Amino acid sequence: MNAFFALVGRDIRIALRQLSDTFMVIVFFVIAAALFPFGVGAEPNLLARMAPGILWVTALLSAMLSFDRLFQNDFEDGTLDLLVIAPQPLWLAALAKIAAHWLTTGVPLLVATPLIGIMLNLEPEGYGVLMVAMALGTAIISLIGALGAALTLGSRRSGVLLSLLVLPLVIPVLIFGAGAVEASIGGFPAAQQLLVMGGLLLACLVLCPWGCAIALKTAAE
Amino acid sequence: MDGFTGTGLACIRSERIVFAGLDFSVAPGEALVLTGPNGSGKSSLLRLMAGIARPAAGHIAWQGVPVAEDPERYFADMHYVGHRDAVKAALSVRENLAFHCALRTAAPDIDGALETTGLSALADLPARMLSAGQTRRLALARMLAAPARLWLLDEPTVALDTRSVARLQTAIADHRAGGGIVVASTNVPLGIDDAATINVSVHARDDETLWGDAVADESAAGDSA
Repeated sequence: MNAFFALVGRDIRIALRQLSDTFMVIVFFVIAAALFPFGVGAEPNLLARMAPGILWVTALLSAMLSFDRLFQNDFEDGTLDLLVIAPQPLWLAALAKIAAHWLTTGVPLLVATPLIGIMLNLEPEGYGVLMVAMALGTAIISLIGALGAALTLGSRRSGVLLSLLVLPLVIPVLIFGAGAVEASIGGFPAAQQLLVMGGLLLACLVLCPWGCAIALKTAAE
Repeated sequence: MDGFTGTGLACIRSERIVFAGLDFSVAPGEALVLTGPNGSGKSSLLRLMAGIARPAAGHIAWQGVPVAEDPERYFADMHYVGHRDAVKAALSVRENLAFHCALRTAAPDIDGALETTGLSALADLPARMLSAGQTRRLALARMLAAPARLWLLDEPTVALDTRSVARLQTAIADHRAGGGIVVASTNVPLGIDDAATINVSVHARDDETLWGDAVADESAAGDSA
């Protein structure tokens, strides 16, 4: 467990010293969402109707920007070799990297979400559910994205390959995430959608670190 | 069997046999030096020994137990310092070392390791300020900070100045005096007393693969056809 927290702490420390990486993701999120009013017209009712979908799609695309560097640096400088032969199981190291990724990318996206909600004229009833769904969703995206990053590690043009692998897999997050927000705006309970997302998170929590470990071990060989 | 042994090891890289039928045996307190021209498979052999890659044939045993049977016990007893230094530029020298020590089970001695490698004065500098030789010393400090019985070193003297090489030789001698085992690959004399030597290229199946002549031959054949 000591090693788990050491790895999470190290990645957060590196992210804090290289803040531009995190900022880039957030700025992309804001700019991409800000393009929609220009494209579809700044009609408040239309934007309010589209806001949940825009928020989820842009958050997803911004998160994609952060995955190529998730394992790449460790792979290039030889740290990955040492994680493979550390006395701890490799899935624990993968889980630590994923936790650090969520804390340094998912949480900043979460913080920016209500601001973009205001910009897009999201109905006030939607915010509570939006934040809960976003917290669950960004964690799922971190887990699935890490699996994609581990699988494409060391391949040419891994960024494009990563998107092709990961984006189809996170469609359920998009459907239930946007669905939950729309339900709560419409006055219906959103518990169903949130429970499905919780289930998805648990399944990913079990499968993704394990898959990552196998992929990372293959990449190190 | 108390030492570190390998029998009938073979390594295949990109469908070529790098070496095959390689045996080694190192007893506690002994050292093994791997030699051979560039591309002969010294680093590949060390990666097999470290358990990063799996041998295509043969097996490796630590203290009589095959490594594949209980890898975590073996990993806790072993340090591997490869070509790449695994140093994070954004972290300070001490933070780098502390992180690697946290991955180990043995109680760390970070200050002692910095002292021995002559990095104490640089401990709070970010690692991006270090020279190539200093970065190498930081990588070597890992194995001094957290004790382990087996050291696997891939060309440890690259980029080191003469003083650091002397320090490394002392560290290796101390390690062996305490019953430790050292396996090192090198192209220059390391100055390790009475070490056994394996020339990896002797075990190569096809000498042409060392220099890429086989590739040249194939393309020449393609041209004429």
